[in-house]
Amino acid sequence: MKDSAEFAIRARGLTRRFGSLVAVNEVDLDIPTGRIYGFLGPNGSGKSTTIRMLCGLLRPSAGRATVLGLDAARDSEALKNRIGYMTQSFSLYQDLSVGENLQFIGEIYAIPRRERRRRVGELLSRYNLAGREGQRAGALSGGQRQRLALAAAVMHRPQLLLLDEPTSAVDPSNRRDFWEGLFELAERGTTILVSTHYMDEAIRCHNLAILDRGVKVADGSPRALGESIGTHVVEVRADNADAAHLALGKIPRIVSLTRLGSRLRAQIPKRIAEPLAIVGEALRNAGIEAEINTVFPDLEDIFVAVTELREHGRDGRESGGTPIRDSVIPRGAAESRAETAPARSRDYARDDGKGEHEGHMEGSER
Amino acid sequence: MKSLVRVFAVMRKELRQLSRDRLTFGMIIGMPLLQLLLFGYAINTDVRNLSAAYVDEADSHLSRQLIADMGAAQVVTFGQRVASPGELVALLDAGGISVGVAIPDDFDRRVIARDRPALQLLVDGTDPIVLGVAERLAAIPLGFDSQTGIEERQRMIEVRNFYNPERRSAVNIVPGLVGVVLTMTMVLFTSVAVVREKERGNLELLINTPVRSTELMLGKIVPYIVIGLIQLALILAVGRTVFAVPIMGSEWQVLLASLVFICANLSLGLLISTVAASQFQAMQMTFFVFLPSILLSGFMFPFEGMPEIAQGIAEILPLTHFNRLIRGIVLRGADISMMARDMAALGVFTAAALTLAIARFNKRLD
Repeated sequence: MKDSAEFAIRARGLTRRFGSLVAVNEVDLDIPTGRIYGFLGPNGSGKSTTIRMLCGLLRPSAGRATVLGLDAARDSEALKNRIGYMTQSFSLYQDLSVGENLQFIGEIYAIPRRERRRRVGELLSRYNLAGREGQRAGALSGGQRQRLALAAAVMHRPQLLLLDEPTSAVDPSNRRDFWEGLFELAERGTTILVSTHYMDEAIRCHNLAILDRGVKVADGSPRALGESIGTHVVEVRADNADAAHLALGKIPRIVSLTRLGSRLRAQIPKRIAEPLAIVGEALRNAGIEAEINTVFPDLEDIFVAVTELREHGRDGRESGGTPIRDSVIPRGAAESRAETAPARSRDYARDDGKGEHEGHMEGSER
Repeated sequence: MKSLVRVFAVMRKELRQLSRDRLTFGMIIGMPLLQLLLFGYAINTDVRNLSAAYVDEADSHLSRQLIADMGAAQVVTFGQRVASPGELVALLDAGGISVGVAIPDDFDRRVIARDRPALQLLVDGTDPIVLGVAERLAAIPLGFDSQTGIEERQRMIEVRNFYNPERRSAVNIVPGLVGVVLTMTMVLFTSVAVVREKERGNLELLINTPVRSTELMLGKIVPYIVIGLIQLALILAVGRTVFAVPIMGSEWQVLLASLVFICANLSLGLLISTVAASQFQAMQMTFFVFLPSILLSGFMFPFEGMPEIAQGIAEILPLTHFNRLIRGIVLRGADISMMARDMAALGVFTAAALTLAIARFNKRLD
């Protein structure tokens, strides 16, 4: 196929239905070769289903995907030797040792004995597992398991690596090590598709697709995505953040309000020329002292703009005067927040940037 | 060549896992031994010493002689003598005795005249085995000259007991037990072995590798063939030493018949594994097969005595054919060529189940 060198994955209208549920809805993808491409979305947004269609585990209900120049559904067997796949949950054998697991995977790919032994040794040292060959995989820590799974997934030197939420059970420092490994692979020309629901992880990707309930709602580099969203982002630092939250929650033109410890991030449609004035006035009227700045949208702002505001047509194209549903943005709900957390609440502290659930979005399980 | 490497990889992995799974390992040895001892010692269709009572209204020399003869035959043990037939019935109702002997006051006259039955046996017929045993009492000769009585009876019909002159149940049960144990362990182990991989997520990893369904199935089956043969040897060895059950026919033919039977059960196990979603379901389905096998195959009750529908079902079950084969070879010293039909049936069953299993096992999740 013509574009196979430039794009590792091309998909057009990729759709998967489970009964009446549309898990993936007409997704188009152009994933360039040698890049790290991220799928960002909450649980149930169709990330895993998309990945499974791309590696031939599921047949698309409609549309098609071309992976490494081959049809993902029809030529799935031919693709197995060229794709590495890391499942969401640890899927190596827990009752086998690290070395035995890698040896087994090497044998399954029919790598000749001498070469296999060399690669196992190389992978063990590269992924920091040297000296643990004899340890049962079930006795490894979360981070070690993920490194072992990655080692197994690249044993046959695949051109394309599909990782389904590889670090969901891994602490932040191990996550960083894991990503170092991914960058190393990308530098050697491996294309990597990684799904995540961590913002700090998505931001590391060269390119990013944001999925929301089976629909791709945004696609591009994190920088380009930030520029393309239809809202200004105003950051508010106030000593009395609760009061500020309450006051700003009453302003209809603020389409989204996110609480981050003592800070607030407000989104106001681009169409409004003076975002700072609106926020400043609201705070002055409430008698709250605060420091306000317009800032470049971070990934979370982008995510809010393209997912939560999308469904309600509030990405700046519409008038900001219509009332906002409580379920969309937990604004004006500051009082009731303690008792009933909204389903998609994003009111959490992330001051240290190290929390396990940093940028972790809640969503309905699918 | 690559195919062979993969089959061996799966086999080696399976054996490693098996050697670490102490419970399964224990079952391989423990289950045959336990069943052998249970069935060998506890199940005894040759019942002796049934509890009995009698009423002797004649109280003559002849009647006392008869009661003594009955006691000497060891079929019944007389616990008490009661005053009237009514009391015998009451004891029978209460479950205190299994057999009652009622001798009327004109017993001697009846014996001489031979115009009416001389005495009555009251038997608890709820257990057919007890009934059958009690009927042997009716064969005890009656008459003033007991010697002539015996000769008269034996000349009419002579029973020659072939193959099991001592009428020991173990002779029938030990070879049958080979089939029962193999059915239970082989079907259960294979079905659970595959479903476990499904449950633990290993399968999602495996189906993303180049391993083919057939290679996976073969690699899973072969280790269990070896285990089945170990069980076969164990049962026959213990049967020979503890229960003195000789092997009349050729050991090679026993091995051949068992091999085909093991393959039939393993294929059935694989088929179950492609249907069952969890290990628990696999176990349920195994028992669904196991129960009719044990009841209808002729292991417990003679095949010929069953209604036609039951016989039809039994013909589908591998254990029915194996019971004929193993009993034929081990007990009667028959040649396997005389039972080619049963060998063929096992072969057809294996081929059909294996084909279905491989066809049903697809390398997709949908």
